[in-house]
Amino acid sequence: MNFADLFEETDCDSIKANTCFKDLEEWSSLLALSVIAMIDEEYDVEFRGDDIRGSKTVEDLYKIVKSRVG
Amino acid sequence: MANITFNAVGIRALSACVPHDIVYNRDLGYLIPEEEIEKVISNIGIAERRIAPDDVTASDLCYKAAVQLMADNDIDPESIDLLLFMSQTQDYRIPATSCILQHRLGLPKSTMCFDISLGCSGYLYALSTAFAYASLPGINRVLLLDGETFSKIVNRRDKVDWPLYGDAGTATLVEKGDFGQSSFLLNTDGSGENTLKIHAGMRNPITAQSCVEREQEDGNIRSDLEVFMDGMDVFNFAISKVPRCVKQVLADAGKTVDDVDYLVFHQANRFMMDFFVKKLKIDPERVPYCISKYGNTSSSSVPLTVASELVGKLDGTKNVVFSAFGAGLSWGAALLSMHDCKVSPVIEY
Repeated sequence: MNFADLFEETDCDSIKANTCFKDLEEWSSLLALSVIAMIDEEYDVEFRGDDIRGSKTVEDLYKIVKSRVG
Repeated sequence: MANITFNAVGIRALSACVPHDIVYNRDLGYLIPEEEIEKVISNIGIAERRIAPDDVTASDLCYKAAVQLMADNDIDPESIDLLLFMSQTQDYRIPATSCILQHRLGLPKSTMCFDISLGCSGYLYALSTAFAYASLPGINRVLLLDGETFSKIVNRRDKVDWPLYGDAGTATLVEKGDFGQSSFLLNTDGSGENTLKIHAGMRNPITAQSCVEREQEDGNIRSDLEVFMDGMDVFNFAISKVPRCVKQVLADAGKTVDDVDYLVFHQANRFMMDFFVKKLKIDPERVPYCISKYGNTSSSSVPLTVASELVGKLDGTKNVVFSAFGAGLSWGAALLSMHDCKVSPVIEY
């Protein structure tokens, strides 16, 4: 499971590290919960609302997760 | 660490009452784009909710649930030693609603009454209080009334909160008896006070301005007298604390999820509960949901789920876990040894 897998209607290949995920048409507050759940499951990292709000690109999310892994 | 164990007290009977009026989430087109409504309903798992009319309060719903419970179980009002009312939507700021309910239910003047107010975890805390008093000499029976009418404190143009909340009142009879061991694990993290909040109160005194509806984050409309919730932070909090807490209360009793007959979660939203089920690896058949019919009824949701889904299923001895979480932040889990608990079906006000 990765970030792009959470989207059902968006073409996975169109989601890159520099994609501004909040601009994707499918992005929603409920999808944000899926992101928090996926990060908890895959990386055992706690992700807060401010982390999502403060991130623009997929890479921003990745950097926060990476800084908290282990 | 608040890890409490009780013996020889338990829940003898339980009932619930919901308002007659139904609000359907499919009619939220004014709040959510039409093409997204079905997806929202499927994610949060809430198709409809019960909303109390202006002149019906949480205590009215609890009153009716209590009358039903006493009739179904032939309970003499004189036998109630303590009445607890748990709610965040009390009738008045003064006096305590439990006092009003004592008189209305015809309980004796020797009844001890007080209100408890806490977030969606409130039922667990109130139930532990009921168990604690029922364990003492001098108290045999406790009537715990837990009811909420969040429809009165949520703005109808708040797209985070309005699709979620419903109203309900419940009654739980706790007494001394032939019950096995029950344990409660109760926790708090006040650093999360801003996650779920109504701003106006004593800290921010209520003025005419408090009633003014304003556009807030993401276009949500609310006044300072209405509930704010950071959905993402609540979700993060719940998934990191709740499954762990359930595991811990079981481990402390030398049990695992396989020993649990029913695990009743606070009905926050379907997506969250499905996540808990997956994370705990518990058989979904043992996790009752009533959220599609009633929504998130805050602290009443655990007993409402029992009344809605477990009628006739609590005969004999059953290991039942309740787990709830909410504003505070506050969360907990209880492992109850239930024995011949008489559950009355949900009634309408």
